[in-house]
Amino acid sequence: MRESSSKRHYNEPLARIVKKDAMSNQRMAAYSVFALILAIAAGGVFIFSLGYNPFKVYATIVSGAFRSSISTQGTIKIAIPLLIASLGITHAFKMQFWNIGAEGQIIMGGIFATYFALFHSDWPHWLLMLVMCAAGMLGGGLWALIPAFFKTKYGTNETLFTLMLNYIALYMIKYLAEGPWLDPKASGFPKIASFEKNARLDEVFGVHAGWIIGLVLVGVVYFYLKYSKQGYEIAIVGESENTARYAGMNVKKIIMRTMFLSGAICGIAGMTQVSGAAYTLSEGVAGGVGFTAIIVAWLAKLNPFVILLVTIGFSVLEKGSSVMQSSFGLPTSVSDILQGIILFFILGCDFFTRYKLIFRKGGQKNDN
Amino acid sequence: MQYPQLSLLLEAGGILACNRHLTASHRVPAVANYFLTGEIMQKEKTHATAIELKGITKTFGSVVANNQIDLSVRKGEILALLGENGSGKTTLMNMLSGIYRPDSGSVLLNGEAVTINSPEDAIEFGIGMIHQHFKLVDVLSATDNIMLGVKGGSRWLKKTRSDKIQEISRHFGLDISPEKKIYQMSVGEKQTVEILKVMYRNANILILDEPTAVLTPQETKKLFDILRRMKAEGCAIIIITHKLNEVMEISDRVTILRKGESIATVETAETNAHELTELMVGRPVELSIDRPENGFEETLLEVHHLTVANEEGFEAIQDIKFELKRGEILGVAGIAGSGQKELCEAMAGLLPVSKGAILYNKENIIGKSPEEIIKMGISMSFIPEDRLGMGLAASMGMVDNMMLKTYKKNKGPFVSRKEARELSKRLIKQLGIVTPGVDTPVRRLSGGNVQKVLLGREIESNPNVLITAYAVRGLDINSSYTIYDSLNEQKQKGVGILFIGEDLDVMLELCDRIMVLCHGKVTGIVEAKTSTKEEIGLLMTGGSGKEGSADA
Repeated sequence: MRESSSKRHYNEPLARIVKKDAMSNQRMAAYSVFALILAIAAGGVFIFSLGYNPFKVYATIVSGAFRSSISTQGTIKIAIPLLIASLGITHAFKMQFWNIGAEGQIIMGGIFATYFALFHSDWPHWLLMLVMCAAGMLGGGLWALIPAFFKTKYGTNETLFTLMLNYIALYMIKYLAEGPWLDPKASGFPKIASFEKNARLDEVFGVHAGWIIGLVLVGVVYFYLKYSKQGYEIAIVGESENTARYAGMNVKKIIMRTMFLSGAICGIAGMTQVSGAAYTLSEGVAGGVGFTAIIVAWLAKLNPFVILLVTIGFSVLEKGSSVMQSSFGLPTSVSDILQGIILFFILGCDFFTRYKLIFRKGGQKNDN
Repeated sequence: MQYPQLSLLLEAGGILACNRHLTASHRVPAVANYFLTGEIMQKEKTHATAIELKGITKTFGSVVANNQIDLSVRKGEILALLGENGSGKTTLMNMLSGIYRPDSGSVLLNGEAVTINSPEDAIEFGIGMIHQHFKLVDVLSATDNIMLGVKGGSRWLKKTRSDKIQEISRHFGLDISPEKKIYQMSVGEKQTVEILKVMYRNANILILDEPTAVLTPQETKKLFDILRRMKAEGCAIIIITHKLNEVMEISDRVTILRKGESIATVETAETNAHELTELMVGRPVELSIDRPENGFEETLLEVHHLTVANEEGFEAIQDIKFELKRGEILGVAGIAGSGQKELCEAMAGLLPVSKGAILYNKENIIGKSPEEIIKMGISMSFIPEDRLGMGLAASMGMVDNMMLKTYKKNKGPFVSRKEARELSKRLIKQLGIVTPGVDTPVRRLSGGNVQKVLLGREIESNPNVLITAYAVRGLDINSSYTIYDSLNEQKQKGVGILFIGEDLDVMLELCDRIMVLCHGKVTGIVEAKTSTKEEIGLLMTGGSGKEGSADA
């Protein structure tokens, strides 16, 4: 048996995967930028194959997002909930708690805030805004607390749990719109009334004040996670629950607290949406932002400042592609595909930051 | 006899492997033949080189694990591969067994160049590796584990699949139960299965990666007997170890690796432990461990009727009783999994206690959280077995790891990294920790340095009780001695130290008393000065020679 095996032709494989040294942050950033360029190139090939000039399409996307002050404002409006929600789930992700329920937490934030907008619109404006914001935080926070409670108490899977709660929250809006909060002036059409002016978030430079909240949160979240004791605890729990217990931390308490915070920030996004963008509560209040936020947070490697950059990029793509649709007749699904290509390249580049491929040297076989 | 099947099975295996040209019906006579003419056969088979490595180089990123290594094993020879941790022993052997591929260099099998691309190739070349950590499927039986991945035969699992193993068992009168599940087996039995697995695949080049780490002295002796018989049968055996007395006992030649390079190959008969250490470390090393005397008398900690259930609800510690004095190192010996982990975690307040009491100055600390225990003024430091999974945050730097237990002391909502940074820098100097920087993730440090980071932090907290689990596991000689010195220093300060260990030689030198655990019970507490390895070995396997193997 062995006699035959030694005669068998053993070739080196074509390519081998070899582990690399840890990279510096600059090098990693360079890789990401390179991956982005490749993604844009690959997207260009795709657009070209559809029969369009990729340069023109890309130019339209970028200029479309900023061609007028109205479109710039529109781009920023898209960015606000995405930014806030991404910052929210960053807390949970840092703790390795896979909160994919931002969507539901945004909705619950919206519902809680809407209550005050509908029934207490006579309160002084600034007080109403503060109360609505606090209510939004409470709604999102409590919604996030449910999976955290069951996770710490019974060890349930948070991924499924948070996902399912999204749908419950969504149908709650439906219920409110058809029942208790039905707009009496809508002549039977199931919708919730538009907010009165007093219950609408003020505009600053033409965009609702949500952008200020978002920018402030970027800094606050950064400092909270990096320099506060609680932020340190979150990181340790995410690293290893055993290490956290070993250090005398109350792991359950930390998980509950952090999830409340994660949901509360998402709840703010819901509040700014209902009071700043839609002026009402509808089923589209979250509109998939909670899911896109997962991608944003992940691409940004949970760094708040990078989250800001990535959010802007995604918003430009989204706003620009609606212009692309109208001027080229390309469906919006094209922009979804472009998003997918970018994701694929950036996430794929992660592999190359950690490993390298070594190819078989031509003609040579197992000697040196 | 503790594992009679081990020796006989291996005997059978060795013969099967080395006389593969024989058909099944010839096997029995072959054994008889060996018993009669073993001596003669050995002499005939010691010439040819079984396997030779030439200029093997392997790098991981910028780390050169193996640099131009030459090594050869002859048929009928036991070669010990000696080197400190991180010297590249396991990497080298993983290349022989097809897990890694060398970057450059060549492997000659019976004088012919071969490329080993996968473990499958290795098996086909007759190279079998027995890993340090058993690679067995817990829920499968011995038979299924042995058969797993064997090529050929039917597509379906036949009812008769254990027949061959049973046939061997019957032929040689082995007392093995092929249907026994791995999780029901003792460590020794598992190793038997591992070895049989390799032999079933007709291996005649055997690599054993620290095979004695988990065995009692008696089991080790038995394993060595088996290896000697296999050697007599013409098998080439490579044994990786860092226990010098074992090298001296079992090997014919020793190849020493240091920092990824082969430093020397010497005949065992012409060398001694001191020379080997010098070759291994690169400079002369004093090999004795201090056991300083001190005048402390008072009892620090009393443990009464302690019963602890592990996470599965199984009583891992049953009704144990001991006390720990100030300025004492109390060793805890036992086969792996005898309840050491649970004892430590229960004492550190990490695992709930079902029954019993732990008294510190007459005050019971059972049921208190680690935080409360610290608040009571008991500074108990625990250096866990799984350093990166419990005790340290692997992807954080030294600074963030230093403040793990002290971050709360800073006033206000924010953490202060200033003191932790200074402490890190001081520890790097004091303990000679090698790291690119205080913010480099600790998982990128070597095992010894990780341990120093952890030990340094714990000692800095001025404990009065120090619990260390396998404090020197995976550490090189230098680091080990640094750790022993640090522990002795603490002992002289009046700290009571619970030292969970595995190397009995070290424990006999370092500890004042040794408590032996077996299946969660204390089978004896002995004075280290007057005890012997054999005595402890017996206690480890369950008592005073009743079921142990006093004759081994």
